[in-house]
Formats: sequence, C-alpha cells, structure tokens
Amino acid sequence: MTVVFEKTRGLTDAQTHYCPGCTHGIVHRLVAESLEELGVLDNAIGVAPVGCSVLAYNYFNCDMHEAAHGRAPAVATGIKRIHPDKFVFTYQGDGDLASIGTAEIVHAAHRGEKISTIFINNAIYGMTGGQMAPTTLVGQKATTAPYGRDEAHCGRPLRIAEMLATIHGAKFVERVAVNNPANVRKAKQAIKKCFQFQLEGKGFGIVEVLSACPTNWGYTPVEALKWLEENMIPYYPLGNFRNPEEVE
Amino acid sequence: MAKVLMKGNEAIGAAAIKAGCKYFFGYPITPQSELPEYMSRELPKIGGCFLQAESEIAAINMVYGAAGAGARVMTSSSSPGISLKQEGISYIAGAELPCVIVNIMRGGPGLGSIQPSQTDYFQATRGGGNGDYKLVVLAPANIQELVDLIIEGFDIADQYRNPVMILGDGMIGQMMEPIEFKEPKKRNLPPKDWATTGTGGKRKPNIINSLYLAAEALEEHNKRLQAKYKEITENEVKVESYNLEDADVVIAAYGTTSRIAKTAIAALEKEGYKVGLIRPITLWPYPYDEFNKISDKCKGILTVEMNSGQMVDDVKIAVNGRFPVHFFGRTGGMIPTPNQIAERVKEIYGGEK
Amino acid sequence: MAKAKGKVTFNEDICKGCGLCVSVCPMKIISLDLDTINAKGYHPATVKEMDKCIGCASCATMCPDVVITVERITE
Repeated sequence: MTVVFEKTRGLTDAQTHYCPGCTHGIVHRLVAESLEELGVLDNAIGVAPVGCSVLAYNYFNCDMHEAAHGRAPAVATGIKRIHPDKFVFTYQGDGDLASIGTAEIVHAAHRGEKISTIFINNAIYGMTGGQMAPTTLVGQKATTAPYGRDEAHCGRPLRIAEMLATIHGAKFVERVAVNNPANVRKAKQAIKKCFQFQLEGKGFGIVEVLSACPTNWGYTPVEALKWLEENMIPYYPLGNFRNPEEVE
Repeated sequence: MAKVLMKGNEAIGAAAIKAGCKYFFGYPITPQSELPEYMSRELPKIGGCFLQAESEIAAINMVYGAAGAGARVMTSSSSPGISLKQEGISYIAGAELPCVIVNIMRGGPGLGSIQPSQTDYFQATRGGGNGDYKLVVLAPANIQELVDLIIEGFDIADQYRNPVMILGDGMIGQMMEPIEFKEPKKRNLPPKDWATTGTGGKRKPNIINSLYLAAEALEEHNKRLQAKYKEITENEVKVESYNLEDADVVIAAYGTTSRIAKTAIAALEKEGYKVGLIRPITLWPYPYDEFNKISDKCKGILTVEMNSGQMVDDVKIAVNGRFPVHFFGRTGGMIPTPNQIAERVKEIYGGEK
Repeated sequence: MAKAKGKVTFNEDICKGCGLCVSVCPMKIISLDLDTINAKGYHPATVKEMDKCIGCASCATMCPDVVITVERITE
C-alpha cells in the first residue's frame, strides 16, 4: 500500500474553527501543500486577514502576520521589500480584499509587488454573520440586504479578477472554484503556478477562489457547492485572465 | 566632525540612515514631503528600500509588516495623515513592534492649514488609536536635538519593542540648522528572535499579532504592556529646565514654542522678572516630577502651546493644585511671538516684580 | 490492466460531518455514521465497504478538515 494522500506539513495540528463544509479548509490545504511541494514552507511568511480566516495564523505552519482589515497587501509589501528572498503571501476574503482593501490590493498589483494573494470569494461576509459583500450576487439575500441585493440601490457585484487583470503589474490572475474534486485539483494547479511565478520573480499574482459559505447562505455543505456552481460560476467565469507568458 | 547645514525634514532622513534604518514607507503631505523625497534619493544608494505608498494607511501597514519582519523602519506624515495611521499604530503597539513615526504637525482640525502647530499633543500622548497603549513621544526643539532623538529613538523602540513618535512641527521640518551625528548612549538591545524571517525549518513559526480572543489572555497582555510602560516611565524621561528655584513664574513649553519662550524669558530677565522654564523633551513619559522642583514662591505656571490647550492638562496633573496654571496659545498655524508670551507673564505677575 | 484498490482512514475525532466526501465518492461507499457522535458532536464519515474503495482520493480532495488518509495498492 502506498500512501497517495496524507496531511501536509504545511498545516499545523490545530483543528480549524471553520464551519462544517466551509471551503476555507480546502483552500488552506491547497496553499499549504503548494508551499511544501515548492520547498518554500520554511522560507514563507504569510499575512492573515480579518474575516473567518483571521485565525489562519494558527493553521499555516510558517511565520505569519495578522493584518488589519484590508491591509494585508501593504503588510506583505513591507515584509517582501525587506526580505526579497522570502516567499510572501496574503490570504484574504471578499470583505478584506474587495471592500475595505481595494486600494491596497490594486496598488500592490500596480507596483508589481512580488507577492502572491489567495482571494476567497464566497459572496458574503462570513465572520460577522452574513452581511452583504461587494461580491454578493444580485438578488442574493444577506443580513444587510434582506430583500436581496438590489442593483439599482448598490450596483452589481465586483469582478476582482477581471479588474486586476487590467493592471500591468498583475502578472498572474486566475479565477478557480472548489465546488468539486476536478475543480479543486485545477485550483491547486493555479495556486502552485501563481506561487511559482513569485519564485521566478515575475511579479504580482492572485488566485480568486470561488468558495462556499453554507452557514450564511443557509444551505447544507453539499447544497452550497451546488449553489456555487449554478449561480457564482456563470457570473464569475473561471479561467486565467493574465499570465506572464502572454505579457511582454 | 564638521557640522552640516541641513533642513529639518532631510536631517530626519539622514539621522534615520545613520541609525541603521534602510526602509521608509511614506506619502507626500505638506510640510514634510522633503523627507520622503530625501529617502527616495538616498535609500537606493545604500541598498535600502523607499516606497511611496498609495496612502498613509498603506504606509503604516507596510511599516507594520517590515517591523514585524525585523527591520528598522520609519514612516512620516503630518497631522491629517497621522490621523489615517492611527489604526496601524494601534496594531503596531498591540503587537509590540519597534518603529519610528514622525509627525510634522500642521494646523487642524481636519485639513487645517500647512503652517506649524502643536495641535496633535493629545493624539500623540493619549492614544489616537484604539486601546490602552502608549507611544514614546519625543519632542525636539532644534535640528541637532531632532537628529539626536531620532538616532536614540530607534534604540528606544528596539529596546522596549514599542513604537516611538517624533513630534515636530512645520518649523522643525522646514528650517535649516547646522548638525553633527553623535553616538547615542549604549543600550543592551535584545535580539529580534520574535521576527518573521522564515522558520528555516529550525524553529516554530513566529506570529505577529494583536488579536487575543480570550478576554483573560488579552487582560494578561494588557498587564504586560502596562508593566512595560511603567519601566519606560522610570527610565526614559527627558526634560530641560532652569531657574525653577528662584522663579516667580515658570513657563512650560516644548518644541519650537520653547525657543520663543526662551527669548521671552531672556527679555523679561533684563526687566527684572524672574522666570523659569520647564521644557519637556519626552512628552510621554511626561516629566511630572520636574514640577516638584519649583519653589513655593512661584506665582503660577504659564503653559504656552501652538494649540488651544493640550499639554496644559499634563501641567495641571503635575502641579496637582500647588500653583495656578495659566495658558497662552495660538492656533491655526499662527506662531506666538516672544512679546505676546512676555505680556502674559507680566499679567500673571500682576504688575509686581 | 491491474485493478486499483484503495484504503481510506478517517480521523473520526476531527470530522465535522459536513458530508462533502459522501457526495463525491464515485463508489458511494462513504456515509455519515448516524450511530456515532464524536467529541465535537458530529456524526463522523465512515466507510463500510472498504473492498470497493478504488483509492481515487476524491473524498480527501474535498475534505476541508484533512480527516482522510488515502492509500492505494495495485496488484
């Protein structure tokens, strides 16, 4: 018998506080596996956001900073600029990155900071109890959009991958989903590729991961992934939006 | 060593580099923009990194990252920009990280004016950001002192793992005076084994954090912080004073205002008035004990500030009712004149010498 | 072609009973054990017909809590 799947050294022994079926757990694992497989775990410094994954600093088995809400790309910039030889990544949710932190992520991309960002898009604010996010879909209900998101009132959801792909310094921009095993495997490939680009000194990279929030969407974990597939993927198309090989 | 004539804002940069600081994250704002400009020219020459951040908020968070990763790092701004930094400063203080933050004060509140003021005394000494924390606040009165305090400030920050604020004003930033670089007093600086430098597979991960979800843990953390602040209070007070034993009126003033006060005192002395001076150099920890040296014959303390009355509160705390405390201030970027100060002293005298 | 056989081990104490593994197993051999409640208060996932496991690791791929270790043998 050969072991074909076991827990990576990139995760600590801490049991996560995430809800049953929360896809943070899957993405944490993909990030941790990628760090280990690329041989950078011992050289890595991660920056945790404010949101459900605020305690990510307890789960990744590397040096970690807790950042203020939205500021992770600036914190990562400070770290990478003084330690250019280390691997620096941020892990952020949609409130952190797409709301309060839009200036920081745009400018990290704009300056071409050689960091990697994992962006968890679950179309809602999880930790604070299910409020609307910039990524909440039109018609989707949230505690601060009890009648469903109204486009006339507060616009359509923000497509971060497409937006950042217009920035020259954003050399790797890809959107993936973790709603089934095939997509999870593709997500890992994208994350690993994004991390590889940092190691090659190519510039800023981001992987937007369409994720589920069963608790605040009001679904079982299995139903939530179905909702993701039927509603989020049509609005947030999967694929690579920017790739250093295409860019000059 | 020959002295060099330097503009205050640039002297700050030169002093920081002398102290081994190679990283600066900042943003333009009058009257301190010459400092980021200086750093943008000089840091690449020594293999350091200057970055103009997208905002003062981003800049303080870059400082937070770099400080947590073990570097000597500085940021600067002026009053409205320092307001933006308050969140980041609270995080830095809570995570117990060293750094130097320079505030070249201008008129306020809000967008205010671009002329000098001392209007952020409360912000610097009473928090500004959320939570129970203290910054070591250093207030130079001339460019040489500015240079000395910055060099020592990096050591203070490292020794206590605490942010240090240099509180200047537009005059300090813009004026030119001759300076020389001196060796600071030797301090035992602990190694930064808490910094995020990558585990190397040789140690457990270091975590830079100010979040303690368990209230008991946060209370313990706060007790540790308070113990540290007590230690700083016992060891780091700096103050200049004179004529306290003989004075009928004592002026309390800091920064450039103290220089104007000194001119007023010299003029009053010629007219036979006996006036003393207390010039706090550390605004936190505040030199409360210095006020005990004032003799009982004193008729009153005149606090002079370029604001509506902020340090005057600390003077009242210091004298604890022993003397009447008076206040004279100019706001909006207006600068008091020696004559205006002298007239107020005479009023306190009540016409008698 | 040799038939791949697999074996999965569930760390039942840390399973949160989310059911994602149940839904993705192509052999439909995973179920939540309704007769057991683990220390966290969940019904942990379990396999009753291990001889049908093909070691595809789809379950482990979807598990958010790294509950599952997968082994494979080819004969």
